[in-house]
Amino acid sequence: MKELLWLIPALPFVGAFILITMGGRLPRTVVSIIGAGTIGVAALITLLIGFEFLSSPTTFNQIVWNWVSVGGLNLPFAFHLDALSLAFIFVITFVGFLIHVYSTEFMHDDPGFSRFFAYLNLFVCAMLILVLADNLVLMYLGWEGVGLCSYLLIGFWYEEKKNGDAARKAFIVTRVGDTAMAIGLFMLFDTFGTLNIQDILSGAHQMWSPGSQAVTAIALLLLGGAVGKSAQLPLQTWLPDAMAGPSPVSALIHAATMVTAGVYLIARTHVLFELAPIAQQCVGVVGAITLLLAGFSALTQTDLKRVLAYSTISQIGYMFLALGVGAWSAAIFHFMIHAFFKALLFLGAGAVILLLHHEHDMFKMGGLKNKLPVIYWTFLIGSASLAALPFITAGFYSKDAILWLAFAGEKGNIWFFLAALLGAFITSIYTFRMVFVTFFGVEKTHVAHHAGTAMTIPLIILAVLSLAGGFIELPHNMGHVQLFSDFLAPVLPQISLHEGVESSEWTIQLVTIVLSLTGVYLAYYFYVKKPELAEQVKQSLDGMHYVWFNGWGFDSLYNALFVRPFVFIATINKADVVDKGYSVIVWIAEFFNSLFAKAQAGILRWYVMGIVVGAILIITLGLLL
Amino acid sequence: MDTIPVEAGLLLAGILFMLGLLSVLIRRNIIFMLISVEIMLNAAGLAFIVAGARWAQADGQVMFVFILTMAAAEVSVGLALILQIYHQLKTLDSDAANKMKG
Repeated sequence: MKELLWLIPALPFVGAFILITMGGRLPRTVVSIIGAGTIGVAALITLLIGFEFLSSPTTFNQIVWNWVSVGGLNLPFAFHLDALSLAFIFVITFVGFLIHVYSTEFMHDDPGFSRFFAYLNLFVCAMLILVLADNLVLMYLGWEGVGLCSYLLIGFWYEEKKNGDAARKAFIVTRVGDTAMAIGLFMLFDTFGTLNIQDILSGAHQMWSPGSQAVTAIALLLLGGAVGKSAQLPLQTWLPDAMAGPSPVSALIHAATMVTAGVYLIARTHVLFELAPIAQQCVGVVGAITLLLAGFSALTQTDLKRVLAYSTISQIGYMFLALGVGAWSAAIFHFMIHAFFKALLFLGAGAVILLLHHEHDMFKMGGLKNKLPVIYWTFLIGSASLAALPFITAGFYSKDAILWLAFAGEKGNIWFFLAALLGAFITSIYTFRMVFVTFFGVEKTHVAHHAGTAMTIPLIILAVLSLAGGFIELPHNMGHVQLFSDFLAPVLPQISLHEGVESSEWTIQLVTIVLSLTGVYLAYYFYVKKPELAEQVKQSLDGMHYVWFNGWGFDSLYNALFVRPFVFIATINKADVVDKGYSVIVWIAEFFNSLFAKAQAGILRWYVMGIVVGAILIITLGLLL
Repeated sequence: MDTIPVEAGLLLAGILFMLGLLSVLIRRNIIFMLISVEIMLNAAGLAFIVAGARWAQADGQVMFVFILTMAAAEVSVGLALILQIYHQLKTLDSDAANKMKG
């Protein structure tokens, strides 16, 4: 069964190829079947491989063909299957399939129907190559592939200029990180002479002593790449704008899969980060700061999808925090649960927006609780999971693991823990603010029609997963189930704890629970019981509100620091100074051309004279020299 | 029998060549220019003959035959061109053909 591994990325690629070449001529039903079907079959193969892997957990390496072989550089097009990549391909194909099914209805009336599915399939293919790659160059291929598809899909409705701008912004900002990552890859190749991930990981301990400069530099450069793709500080500005794309795109790319590529990269190269404690500390700091900044911004947004965008940044901040304290499997666990509930929330939000005639402002929604019961309940479950409401939601268990390890883990400290705790509090406030504003109160916009089964069934499945997914990993003091971290144990090392902290686990869980429930109550108080109070608070904190609403002003800062100087230089150099040098050559050539053209006048005797003079010159030179 | 010195033969060839060249430069009548070119060709042929006689080699005469053949071909093409020019311009003045402006 494992021999079928190559089919998993190949199937979406074939789907994309068919849809790109002749999608425009196929009827929509066929496009839906090809688009969703290829991912569905890939998900099925993943399940089969997953079952076989569970019974015999040995890593599997498959060389499809020899890609590049130049001098000492040998890069096969090869896939590597282990617990980590299996967890990722499971989420990508499975959540991807649900989102494809959802899209068949969501995009049904769009003129670019087949183009949409072609891009989505291509994206899934690139993401699968990214996580399955057995060498870093192949991974980079997938890395750039998802960047490209992200660009294409954010700018999917390209008739509007702002969508194109958002697409370009996402592409350029992530390119900054990609460049750092590419330099990191060059340094790795320079050191090891190979880019095979497993060879590098197994050889790293002999090559470097812990904390040496080279490995720290490489780890920081890889972190740069991860930060760009995962929308962390300081390259987080592209993600909120990326909401310009259709909602399924936001669900698939900007919540469930692509933005977690950075998490995958760091988890995959965890050996390098363990050898470079400073770099790992940086990962944690980046995560902690990002999750707070994005959380505060999410509090003030009015666009439903922008709330979710900031919450995505914030949740990935949690994953980075977990990676930073060495809680590798907790980070991957949160990635998986986050993929479930964030895909659910984006799909739910997309459904609401679609049914309300593309209304994004949630303060113009309201009262949808009874109108759209399925969407309301699934959205509520997703929100509960995001806000980590205790015991029943999966988000509680995954976030609790991170909070606990941020405190108790050997590399954890009290600041990480406090940041994560405050973040959890803010998360539950903004999440339920969103729920109450959107679904409670009076109805402000009329619901156009109801969602069909292709949209509701994926929501229900994801809602079930957002609840039940957590029970495969329970804390020590509540059942102590460790299915997921045992599954990942061969790939990712276990975390060691501080001495004598076990007793405080209950206290921390209690504090977390109290804080998240308080957050829900605060949101209820401010947005259902006394909406005018929220307005007053907003008025009194006007300056702060402005800063938060605009994502802490990073856009203006980068505008002033990079965009304006760049545009300024470009304006000065409009005439292209360098080009002037080449213009001189052209000018000389034209001068001689006009000179000789005059000689070509048709006066025969001048020609003869020219020949004579030339002959005399040559003979004279021949005699002299 | 006294042989003609090589220097004399080459001098004659040189004088003929210079005469031909000068008249190509000076003459405007295109037929005369053609004749002058023929004189230059024959000057070159004479130089070959003289050199061939000096070293008692047949090569000089072979070259002269070549030059004769080439001159015949050249004259036929040249006369055809002259006819065309006369048709077009109604004159044999070569300077009247300065219609090309670069």
